[in-house]
Amino acid sequence: MAAIDTVDMRPPQLAAGPLAWLRKNLFSTWYNILLTFLAVWLLYALLKPAIQWGTTEARWGVIEANLTLFMVGLYPRDQIGRVWLTIFILAALIGLSWGVWKNAARGFALIALSAGAAFAIIALLFRWNVWDEWLLAEAILLITSLVGRYLPRSSLILTFAWFLYFPLIFLLIGGTKYIATLPPVGMGLWGGLLLTLLLTIVGNFGALPLGILLALGRRSKLPIIRYFSIGYIEVIRGVPLVTILYTAAILLPLFLPIDVRPDLVIRAMIGFILFEAAYQAENVRGGLQAIDRGQYEAAHALGLNGAQTTLLIILPQALRAVIPALFNSFISLFKDTSLVAIIGLFDILRISRSILAQTDWLGTHREVFLFAFLIYWLFNLAFTYGSRRMEEALGVGKR
Amino acid sequence: MNIKAFWRDIRVLKILAQAIFVIVLALAAGYLYLNVTANLARQGLTVGYGFMKNPASFGIGESFIPYDPSNTYGRALLVGLVNTLVVSTLGIVLTTIIGVLAGVARLSSNWLINRFAAAYVGLIRNTPLLLQLMFWYFGVIIQLPSVRQAIKLPGPIYLTQRGVYMVWAEGTTTFPAWRVYLILAFLSIFIIWFALRSVGKRASVPLSPWWNLAYLLIPLTIIGLGALLQPELPLKPFIPELVGLNFKGGVRLTPEFAALLFGLVVYTGAFIAEIVRAGIQAVAKGQVEAARSLGLTNGQTLRLIVFPQALRIMVPPITSQYLNLAKNSSLAIAIGYPDLFSIAGTIFNQTGAALEIIMIMMLSYLSMSLFTSLLMNIYNNRIQLVER
Repeated sequence: MAAIDTVDMRPPQLAAGPLAWLRKNLFSTWYNILLTFLAVWLLYALLKPAIQWGTTEARWGVIEANLTLFMVGLYPRDQIGRVWLTIFILAALIGLSWGVWKNAARGFALIALSAGAAFAIIALLFRWNVWDEWLLAEAILLITSLVGRYLPRSSLILTFAWFLYFPLIFLLIGGTKYIATLPPVGMGLWGGLLLTLLLTIVGNFGALPLGILLALGRRSKLPIIRYFSIGYIEVIRGVPLVTILYTAAILLPLFLPIDVRPDLVIRAMIGFILFEAAYQAENVRGGLQAIDRGQYEAAHALGLNGAQTTLLIILPQALRAVIPALFNSFISLFKDTSLVAIIGLFDILRISRSILAQTDWLGTHREVFLFAFLIYWLFNLAFTYGSRRMEEALGVGKR
Repeated sequence: MNIKAFWRDIRVLKILAQAIFVIVLALAAGYLYLNVTANLARQGLTVGYGFMKNPASFGIGESFIPYDPSNTYGRALLVGLVNTLVVSTLGIVLTTIIGVLAGVARLSSNWLINRFAAAYVGLIRNTPLLLQLMFWYFGVIIQLPSVRQAIKLPGPIYLTQRGVYMVWAEGTTTFPAWRVYLILAFLSIFIIWFALRSVGKRASVPLSPWWNLAYLLIPLTIIGLGALLQPELPLKPFIPELVGLNFKGGVRLTPEFAALLFGLVVYTGAFIAEIVRAGIQAVAKGQVEAARSLGLTNGQTLRLIVFPQALRIMVPPITSQYLNLAKNSSLAIAIGYPDLFSIAGTIFNQTGAALEIIMIMMLSYLSMSLFTSLLMNIYNNRIQLVER
């Protein structure tokens, strides 16, 4: 019975509970202990002055006083109902998509729902008079999601509605002289988050057709078309975006007929489309390359010609494969729209700078820039979450 | 004779398609050309690079080559190009260090370090660079204390609203003679590489990694001995000191340069961190397990197995991040650092020569991009897997 004596009778080491977690994740080895102390010290050194500044010195009033300016710039205050209308229609579309496409749109719908609720609560807390609008948007979203469940043949109609939505925004925001209730609002007055979002949407969706053509051109067997596409893509990717915007703002009028002078906003949009097309072409090319040769051969064997093969067999698969990459470009273009501040458009960034020139709020750089950070960051976070849920639901990259 | 209808012949169709493409392109180009000439004629402008020889007559805040307002526009553009190159080169070196550190930290088993790196990457990648640059410049550097109350960091490095003052080295009278030893030390690195390689080839067991210390020790010995042999030490520290209202000595980074460099490095570093993390995670788990079962230590596994394979995955995306950094340096205009883009903008405002200026600007950036990708492609080819 000697063996029993050698059995270790000490209690087992901590395997669960907060202490075990601490030991495993923070104090496992001597250098981890060192790193932990370093990180704690760094956090203290950074956070202490930041919190102190944020709670005592910072003048957050600048945000509240200029919130409308941040959101819509100099858009006529008596016409703001039109911006709300685009938000309500968006809520309806998101709600319908949730009802019809279920899981694929659930991420975006949940984000929109919680964002709307958060805005309503914040508005109530600060006694801003916009809480009822947000609640209305919430209600529209929920009701339409129920409607969407029982709508027959809804998928096609819904896709069509989404495509119609984007020109509709321009009609609502820009107005027209033919409809008395929608008087025209000059593009020079579009600003803030509204302008940033419009530029992002136009830049992305406008660039997609050109991007697809360039990607196909780059894969073409016809040398002249191929070299033209390669040349275009590489030149655009080789120069900074700000030089392209600058070119669009200054040089574009030179290339147009003498009596055609598009607004600076339009020129910026053209610049973004030309720029983004080169990047999306590379994304789409990735998708084209991922397609198995057998697909081409099968299409050929079925008697489809080249155009039919590309349009009906190859492109649908290729575009599906690059959905994540296209979402990434969306986010990256959303950030890049801030460069229009350099050519003089009043997006969030330029609005922030103009707020800093108000005599009441001199020297509030940190407050204003941090708020702009928050807007960009939250939007990207929400968009990343929604698009990831959509990719999961669609099984992108799995099938 | 069997004449095949030519519109069914695929070879003819191919040529026809390209011919139509070229004709459409030429028509579009001709239309644009007509518009340009009409517009230029109406504005009374002529196209040509003659203005480049005219005196620039504007001052430039900082320049790494001699410049004064009586110099030509061409010289001013060169100043801008050098400024862009300096900030891009320094930025690429520093951002690699930050990025690799953050990428490894992101994989750390230490929860706090891991979260710290994740927060850095998540916050920086999701906000625009232009906003960050403005924040660093207007929100941080400009609001630093005045020169008299400068924040002193060890070094000494002084942070003030007039820029960053750092300790620097200054050559003494014996510095020229000492340069011979610097060159010798540089050459010794190649000799050591050659010697180690030939010894390593003949040895039956791989050389101990400690031999790599020779790369550090031998050149340092040469430099140190050379310095001691001189009657006076060839370098002396050049320490910034507060004299009256300003610092004397040391090296000064202007607020604009400091903000631009810091902003670019922090921004690109976050992207590189993600690439490094993904690259290391992409190495197949079996590789690590195989290395373990061969008895390699943790450090050896990382150095000999994981890192070389991860490098292959990492190099192409990191190249595009380097290119992004160089291109993003054009955002300097927002905080007043005189880079190529901002000087070109000034010249355009003075001369109105839009076409010429934009051509120069695009060609400069394009050749910078092409040169960087050429270098990185050479490196990439060297480390690629050689399949046998």
